[in-house]
Amino acid sequence: MMALRRVGAASAALALAGALAGTPASAQALPQPGAESCGGCHSTHGGAGAPMPSLHGLKAADITAAMLDYRSDRRQPTIMNRIAKGFSEDEIKAISNWLERQP
Amino acid sequence: MSRITRRAMVSGLAGAALLAKAGRAQAAARIVVIGGGYGGATCARALKRLGLDVTLVEPSATYVSCPFSNAVIAGLRGIEGQEFTYDALKREGVRIAPLSAVGVDGQARIATLSDGTKLSYDRLVMAPGIDLRFDALPGYDAEAASIMPHAWKAGSQTVLLRDQLRAMPDGGVFVMAAPANPYRCPPGPYERASLIAHYFKTEKPRSKIIILDAKDAFSKQRLFQAAWAQLYPGMIEWVPLSSGGKVTAVDPKAMTLTTDFQTFKASVANVIPPQRAGTIAQAAGVADRTGWCPINPSTFESTLVPNVHVIGDAAIMGAIPRSAFAANGQGKACASVIAGLLAHEDASAPRLINTCYSLVAPDYGISIAGVYRPGTPSFVEIEGSGGTSPLDAPAETRRTEAGYAEGWFRTITTDVFG
Ligand SMILES: Cc1cc2nc3c(=O)[nH]c(=O)nc-3n(C[C@H](O)[C@H](O)[C@H](O)COP(=O)(O)OP(=O)(O)OC[C@H]3O[C@@H](n4cnc5c(N)ncnc54)[C@H](O)[C@@H]3O)c2cc1C
Repeated sequence: MMALRRVGAASAALALAGALAGTPASAQALPQPGAESCGGCHSTHGGAGAPMPSLHGLKAADITAAMLDYRSDRRQPTIMNRIAKGFSEDEIKAISNWLERQP
Repeated sequence: MSRITRRAMVSGLAGAALLAKAGRAQAAARIVVIGGGYGGATCARALKRLGLDVTLVEPSATYVSCPFSNAVIAGLRGIEGQEFTYDALKREGVRIAPLSAVGVDGQARIATLSDGTKLSYDRLVMAPGIDLRFDALPGYDAEAASIMPHAWKAGSQTVLLRDQLRAMPDGGVFVMAAPANPYRCPPGPYERASLIAHYFKTEKPRSKIIILDAKDAFSKQRLFQAAWAQLYPGMIEWVPLSSGGKVTAVDPKAMTLTTDFQTFKASVANVIPPQRAGTIAQAAGVADRTGWCPINPSTFESTLVPNVHVIGDAAIMGAIPRSAFAANGQGKACASVIAGLLAHEDASAPRLINTCYSLVAPDYGISIAGVYRPGTPSFVEIEGSGGTSPLDAPAETRRTEAGYAEGWFRTITTDVFG
């Protein structure tokens, strides 16, 4: 509840932060470490994604499932199996949740 | 409510609260970013999106990308495809100072620009990339580079090397001097040699390539060498340090490169000299005796000058190679760290990824990847992660990775400049 009240009190300051206008506050959370690197190859804000799939609009559960499959080499190896092995299951879930929240 | 959803909500709210505090501090907080390359432009944009006041200092109206410039040299694409502007950053509210920074006073927290303008800052992000050392190789200075291009900063140097190769008669010898570690883009020289071999094979099949190397091993070496044997048999000769590969002097007039053992005469010479952090990093006092900038890997803050964060090629990042991919990730992570610091809260330790594709031929790509966390004193690779493309892969895999390489370039340049 603490966190909730803090947000309420600071909502004016939140609105001040220009880019935040009109987007849900939770989408503006500081990203889970590592999550932003996905955007180096994958579109994360819509737009074309070929040949790497866009992550925009994907469900967190689907991203997590794919990453866990890469991590255990269950999925056709690409560069992703080498990257997925750098993250724990919890980290993968947190990254997936952050990606799902991106506008 | 499931455990995961609940946790996501809680962390989302905590993040919002953190940013709200950063928002309050914002009235006073001014961020200056020096250098609008893959590191600095990314960071400026990310800071702005976090609601902070950002000035990006960058003298060039057009950024010319090194990634994919080897394809320009080999005649596979035009230089226009390498050029990007800052229009999108301006539209998002990033203030651009179209000048060079000439000094930084870390005590007073003031950056001075080439016209004398002084910008005071609360946090400064230093991202000037590299400068070439024109004092390190006898015979190789700025003037020599107009005859023996380095093409290690993209633009007129890239075009010069391309045009020299175009003008070279069939049967000529292309000689490259490759530097010792560390330098910008570890696989870059070998990608360049590969694509020039592709050009020779297509247009000038009697020509030869000699790589004189100041080291005994290089990035993706086995993959490159296997591909050379398959695609360009007998065309590329790699001379490692232990076989006398280190170039100790060059003579642009005679078009010769000299090692401890031999003098090589070149039809076209590409000298990639030793490098250091961009000159402004030395002026600001954030570079150490190595010429590069030591940082605290958890915050990217200089260990030499407080309130200055160094990202991209200029910084010492431990196991992370100097790449555009890495600089982009550092730019975003550094923006998060700064927002956290302004809110007087610790952001989580950064986790960085690197992915570098190299083209050995237009339809033959190979890659190296890694995942990194802060260690002591610098970033370390996470055990079990990363590695290169498989050595024994079918042509289909190489074709797929060549497609990924182009996809990566489109996505990252849109992310940074689009
Ligand atoms: C041939 C070649 C191929 C490459 N291929 C790849 C690849 O395929 N993938 C990959 O990930 N990486 C690649 N790289 C590496 C990549 O180019 C660099 O790692 C990347 O550019 C580093 O970004 P940066 O922001 O640190 O520096 P830069 O991109 O060099 O940007 C620095 C900016 O700072 C500005 N600046 C400098 N001094 C000042 C000053 N005093 N005041 C204001 N502004 C200043 C400059 O004008 C420049 O715009 C390649 C490099 C080369 C040479």
